[in-house]
Amino acid sequence: MLGKLTWQAIPFNEPPAIAASGMIVLIILGLLALITVKGWWPYLWNEWLTSVDHKRIGVMYVVLALVLLLRGFSDAIMMRTQLALAAGGAPGYLPPDHYDQIFSAHGTIMIFFMAMPFVIGLMNFVVPLQLGVRDVAFPVLNSVSFWLTAAGALLVNVSLMVGEFARTGWLAYPPLSELAFSPGVGVDYYLWSLQISGLGTLLAGINMVTTILKVRAPGMSYMRMPVFCWTALCANMLIVAAFPILTATFGMLLLDRYAGMHFFTNTGGGNFMLYVNLIWMWGHPEVYILVLPAFGIFSEVIATFSGKQLFGYRSMVLATLAICVLSFMVWLHHFFTMGAGADVNAIFGIASMIIAIPTGVKLFNWLFTMFRGRIRFEVPVLWTIGFMVTFAMGGMTGVLLAVPPADFVLHNSLFLVAHFHNVIIGAVVFGVMAGYYYWFPKAFGFTLHRGLGVLSFWCWFIGFYLAFFPLYAVGLLGATRRMQHYADLSWQPYMIAAEVGAIVILCGILATIAQLVVSIRTRESRRDLTGDPWNGRTLEWATASPPPVYNFAVVPKVESLDAFWAAKQQGTVEPAQAYPAIEVPRNSPLGFLTAFCAVISGFALIWHIWWLALLGLTAAAIVLVVFGWRPRIAVEVSSEQLAADERARRQSMVPA
Amino acid sequence: MNAQVANVPVADSGAGPAPVRIVVGYGFWIFLLSDIILFSALFATYAVLQGQTNGGPSGRELFELRHAGIETLALLLSSYTCGLAVLAMERRRMPAFYLCCALTFILGATFLSLELNEFAALIARGAGPSRSAFLSAFFSLVGLHGVHVTVGLLWLIFLVAQTAYRGPRDYVCRRLLCFSLFWHALDIIWVALLTVVYLMGAR
Amino acid sequence: MAENGPSDVAMTEHGSSGSLWTYTAGLGFALLLTGASFLVAQSDLLWAPGVAAGLAVLAVAQMGVHLVFFLHIGTDSEATNNVLALAFGVFIVVLVVAGSLWIIAHLNENMLTPAQMMDMQR
Repeated sequence: MLGKLTWQAIPFNEPPAIAASGMIVLIILGLLALITVKGWWPYLWNEWLTSVDHKRIGVMYVVLALVLLLRGFSDAIMMRTQLALAAGGAPGYLPPDHYDQIFSAHGTIMIFFMAMPFVIGLMNFVVPLQLGVRDVAFPVLNSVSFWLTAAGALLVNVSLMVGEFARTGWLAYPPLSELAFSPGVGVDYYLWSLQISGLGTLLAGINMVTTILKVRAPGMSYMRMPVFCWTALCANMLIVAAFPILTATFGMLLLDRYAGMHFFTNTGGGNFMLYVNLIWMWGHPEVYILVLPAFGIFSEVIATFSGKQLFGYRSMVLATLAICVLSFMVWLHHFFTMGAGADVNAIFGIASMIIAIPTGVKLFNWLFTMFRGRIRFEVPVLWTIGFMVTFAMGGMTGVLLAVPPADFVLHNSLFLVAHFHNVIIGAVVFGVMAGYYYWFPKAFGFTLHRGLGVLSFWCWFIGFYLAFFPLYAVGLLGATRRMQHYADLSWQPYMIAAEVGAIVILCGILATIAQLVVSIRTRESRRDLTGDPWNGRTLEWATASPPPVYNFAVVPKVESLDAFWAAKQQGTVEPAQAYPAIEVPRNSPLGFLTAFCAVISGFALIWHIWWLALLGLTAAAIVLVVFGWRPRIAVEVSSEQLAADERARRQSMVPA
Repeated sequence: MNAQVANVPVADSGAGPAPVRIVVGYGFWIFLLSDIILFSALFATYAVLQGQTNGGPSGRELFELRHAGIETLALLLSSYTCGLAVLAMERRRMPAFYLCCALTFILGATFLSLELNEFAALIARGAGPSRSAFLSAFFSLVGLHGVHVTVGLLWLIFLVAQTAYRGPRDYVCRRLLCFSLFWHALDIIWVALLTVVYLMGAR
Repeated sequence: MAENGPSDVAMTEHGSSGSLWTYTAGLGFALLLTGASFLVAQSDLLWAPGVAAGLAVLAVAQMGVHLVFFLHIGTDSEATNNVLALAFGVFIVVLVVAGSLWIIAHLNENMLTPAQMMDMQR
């Protein structure tokens, strides 16, 4: 009746898990109760949950990312604490069984449910505004994408409360992830969550590629697009090309586990090396999916706060395209040691070094943008400079690891762990934090508190170096990744330093939370009335903060790169004379309902509750058919309404 | 600085947002390319694992080219009738449209039933997907294509029903366009499947 | 608006009865190529080691026929985006299939296959 699900699935006998689960359940129930008592459900449902507005969806993505950052980070600090304690013969406080689940959850959550949603959320919010259009190509599909991602995130967190998570690391290599060696539900939670959210991500990629290539303001040719849109285009092209490979590979592992097939098993002719090969064919483009938009954010930030046009626009575009193509040609460097031999390793090693070149071009372009500029050291610029320093170092350790003989020593050591955190935190985290601060006023109509932003930056910056540079050292001394304890007492000081670093980063996260609370409390004194708090260069600053649902009352005509800056220089930022009526797509519950069915089906499949899985999938099909059958209704915004909106906006503006 | 900015010429790419039909068609085309990449991962798996028969039967013993030939014919003809249906819709010849859709459905269903028959026969003789890595790869690659065909047939029923109920509206025509893209792409994938799995495998 | 999407038949107000011929010609070519494939696979028409290459060429040709005659790819001067997307897709497909084959072949040569490892355990 209930498949494999029994009361034993709830971790009553594991204090940390039951404590964490209990806390999460209480917080969620508390939140639901608060919303009910305050009568916020109609507002939430109509304005957010069923919204097909790219701005709302972008905000929801970022909220999801920030929440999951807390979960992923708590996993991190648990690991650091364990390693600070478990030296010599000391056992630490986390049994290996738990430790394995924690590092697997940490990686999975941080990549799939923190970094990806943050990046996708920022792209969602900003790209249509920068392109000067009203929304993405397929607004309802956009909502579906978000909700599928949220569904995956929910399932991963349910694994904390009911059952277990995978113990295989964040990529779940077979044969460990096969049924023979992971008979529990952990790997199934991992696989189904990621299949669901992977579908959402793929659809988002298709949406964004179509938008950038086919839906731009008149006059915005390719070479007049902001650089962030170019990086978004390339990142989404990578999504479209890489995520199907992930889906196929996880699909095959699922077939092995559920249908007794032999793709990657030890018996029957399976080949687990094929899994490693395929998963990294996705895995390497994935990191570029994360990093390219971050590069785009830095380009926008540095140009705006240097008061100069970005140096070398054309070479930036070419470098981005080069990285996009090259990122598909280096994947073997993740398994140099698996044994493909010197010929194969050499080719991929050289390719991995070549990909550093376009990245270097970008770095020099950012530096030349700053040169002779009038730099305002706002918070996003701090993150940018921090990125340039940190990522340069991380990139260099990457090129070092790209040398196969060096990698044979360092593969799967803590040196590797330090390298990838160096580049991911240095580029992706710093980038999204910069973007968060930079575009927050546009999204909500008031700026964030500056002082707490500066504090957050310095905590992250100092904390990062304290947390990860010792890992470079101890990795070179022989420490491996994913170890729950170690014998060599001389490594302990490094681990303790790393723990201190993690605590400093925690302070940075707390500063960000405080920043949000304080900013909301004092929002009236920090209102952005002009829509252009930073004296920006691109079109998103040409509309109100927050923009009306239709973004631009009149679609702008673009005549050059940095369209808004050019308009400001030429004094052509004028109110329009006439406002033709426009149509705005109506909200749709399709996304939310699809995700609901996905969660039910996913949970049922994990626990082998076949009748419930069938019910969930049937419900999803019915929802799809019903939605497809009904004619699409758009809401009209009349000319009078548009004129009134624009008048109200101008009246509240303080002259810039 | 401004001179440099102002001199960037407008290309055709600066023509403004494309019409909805173009946007939808292009988005669906990108989706199809992603689907083809999905298949390519399975093709790669099949190519790598096709020798791993685990002591069981290989392609040469299992594949009947005559059977594959009839399947190919059915699918190819259904692609043709699908194209004719699109033409009929554009010229608003609705009886022809419905006839061509019916033919497409019948030919597609024929393909599917032949494939299911083959699968059942293989399983009955102990050559099911859990027998060996080769057979896992075969069943999942060919099976995934079959799942796509099934989804396509269901979609076709829905489309015909919607056309009958709402008439050849704009969005109905757009959906038919997407369906035809999908159906033709499935035939392209079948060409690859036929060649790699059946024709090369039977030697 | 100057671009056409994929499968946008050259159907304008001017009409084009040529489209029926396009599909029929495409069907004809496809049938020919299919027949040729079966012939190559089953007979000794081609020198044996060249059969795989011959089949591959015929398959690619038939995919081209589908793309041009049924999907109308690149049949107008503004179809750059569609062709570029297709080219990118083909690039990825070739990388995935050829890359996997090449890498796994090397891995299998250098390392014991799982089957061999299991044999050693007995």
